[in-house]
Amino acid sequence: MAFAAFATTEAQPQAPKRKSRIALFLLLPGILYLVLFFLTPLISLILTSLQAPAEFGDIGQYSYAFNWQNYVTVVQQYLPHILRSFGYALAATVFALLFSYPLAYFIGVKARRWPLLQSLMLVLVIAPFFISFLLRTLAWKQLLSDESFIITSLKALSLMAPDAHFTGTPFAVIFGLTYNFIPFMTLPLYTTLERLDTRYLEAGSDLYANPFTVFRKITIPLSMPGIVAGTLLTFIPAAGDYVNASRDFLGGPDTQMMGNVIEANFLVLLNYPAAAALSIILMAAILVLVSIYVKRSGTEDLL
Amino acid sequence: MSVREFAERGADLELVGIQKRFPGFTAIEDLDLVIPAGSFFALLGPSGCGKTTTLRLVAGLEEPTRGRILIGGKDVTDTKSHERPVNTVFQSYALFPHMTIIENVAFGLKRRRIADPVGKAHEALRLVELDHLAQRKPQQLSGGQQQRVALARAIVNRPALLLLDEPLGALDLKLRRQMQLELKGIQEEVGLTFLHVTHDQEEAMTMADTVAVMNKGAIEQMGAPAELYDLPRTAFVANFLGQSNLFTGEVVGTTGAAVTIDAGGTRIVVPTARAQRHQGEVTVGVRPEKVALHAEAPTATADRNVLGPGRVIDASFSGVSTQYIVDVPGVGAVLVFAQNIGVGPVAGVGAEVWVSWEVEHGFGLEDDPGESGRFPADDSTTAIAVQRREALVSELEEH
Repeated sequence: MAFAAFATTEAQPQAPKRKSRIALFLLLPGILYLVLFFLTPLISLILTSLQAPAEFGDIGQYSYAFNWQNYVTVVQQYLPHILRSFGYALAATVFALLFSYPLAYFIGVKARRWPLLQSLMLVLVIAPFFISFLLRTLAWKQLLSDESFIITSLKALSLMAPDAHFTGTPFAVIFGLTYNFIPFMTLPLYTTLERLDTRYLEAGSDLYANPFTVFRKITIPLSMPGIVAGTLLTFIPAAGDYVNASRDFLGGPDTQMMGNVIEANFLVLLNYPAAAALSIILMAAILVLVSIYVKRSGTEDLL
Repeated sequence: MSVREFAERGADLELVGIQKRFPGFTAIEDLDLVIPAGSFFALLGPSGCGKTTTLRLVAGLEEPTRGRILIGGKDVTDTKSHERPVNTVFQSYALFPHMTIIENVAFGLKRRRIADPVGKAHEALRLVELDHLAQRKPQQLSGGQQQRVALARAIVNRPALLLLDEPLGALDLKLRRQMQLELKGIQEEVGLTFLHVTHDQEEAMTMADTVAVMNKGAIEQMGAPAELYDLPRTAFVANFLGQSNLFTGEVVGTTGAAVTIDAGGTRIVVPTARAQRHQGEVTVGVRPEKVALHAEAPTATADRNVLGPGRVIDASFSGVSTQYIVDVPGVGAVLVFAQNIGVGPVAGVGAEVWVSWEVEHGFGLEDDPGESGRFPADDSTTAIAVQRREALVSELEEH
């Protein structure tokens, strides 16, 4: 909990010099790795995002410059995609949370008396990882295509208009995102709920709180670490996802997210500066949103 | 009684024919209990005797398999925990870790929409002398402070009935004494009904007006602490509440005033009024502090039981008193607590001694001699191990 976090930042007594050198030596591979595979690409990406088209150059030829207008151009051009990305990611996060919380609560709290059921359900949550998520998303495309059993049945029952589609709509993309990230939401929620001390719930009930109030005032705040971890693990990759929204999977022309636009600019339009600028914007936006979220959820007055 | 308002005074609690079964074992067989309003009632028993289950049934955290629970004359058996005018001080305190102390204490008041919850919470914290820590989190407080917060969190609600689940168990001796006095003071001040569950006989005797000794899901004996101590009816009570010397033998003579038994060739006399059984094999006893130690054979009189000669096999000095174990041939070990009034030891190990006590201090038990025997002290690890094994064996037998 919060206390453990404080404990680790406490000033340690000065270690002998020799030991710190050994520590540095042991850290070296990690530092080298980060410099090579994180810092270098990041700098390269920033430099690319500021490039200008090469004079007399062909399509896809750029030279280094300080062309910050790239950012203005991509924001003007792709604002709907940027908003859509965060909108879809937010919706998928909310749906995944609504689906996963009861599931995690059941596995972590209600199923405590039956350890076998508990482990079986956990295996079922993890089971989808045994198959590539590309294949699973493709399978959903088949299951939800216009000719599929599900859609034809819905149409036969007049629950769907005869000329309506499911794939290619925002619903299909949000559905795909939600489905793909449910395990990432469920597992952190399970880990906190599994440690939830039910004596606090009894104490709440003893102090005149009805079951709903106990849930709102005690269960939710005590499972906040899991909620924060789960929503971050869902929101961050969902915002940058380009598989579910792609035309080849569950999306359509009107559901393109930032990931799809970045992919198109890099691979099809060969507009590297635009793609790089969009990537930087995506990263920065996620960083800002996430830090606001973490700060708020950490210091929020829970009374 | 609505939970929306403060209780004017304590309510009486009535348990009628309560039975509680869990999968695999029965915690409470058949329990009837009436606790009058405004009293400080202690349920005393070893771990696993069903006392905590009883408390949880009253709090509404468990449902009885059979029987009714009445608080202030109103049947609350089917009401949920949050609808009962009852608050609990939990053994683990269960202070909400994500709330400050003041938020913890005001929690119940807010749920009941009582005016000025924070002001009343501060008042309750002042009562337990912790108002200066109102803005801290529970983890920043010591065990004793947390315990007092838990107490404040319960009494601030002015429940008709306050349940205490071994709340002093985690405290050191000095703090425990202090809290016992404070609790007693609060109870007298606010006039609530207290139901205190504990395995500490000393705590139960100092604090409660009435003590009920519980064993194996049933109440063995109930009464004022002095009464229970003076005249235990069963071997369990005689040994759980303090210590006792027990002697078993055949009744050889009964008069209107006294019952005489023959314990291994020695005559022991108990007053008829203090004996539960007057014929056949009976167990009689006497408290170790009532037994006197003699270096020479005392002259036998009608109003004293004399055993001896025997040998001191153990003498342990504990400041105010010395505990002797005297082995008397034919009778067995006799425990003697002698006040250290004089100077120097009275008797060393190996010394030949006689023991005696006044007839009127003896008591006769009601249970069959076969079942009785020395009940080991609750804090001895062997006793706990034996209890655990017995519990396991009986559990296995049920299957």
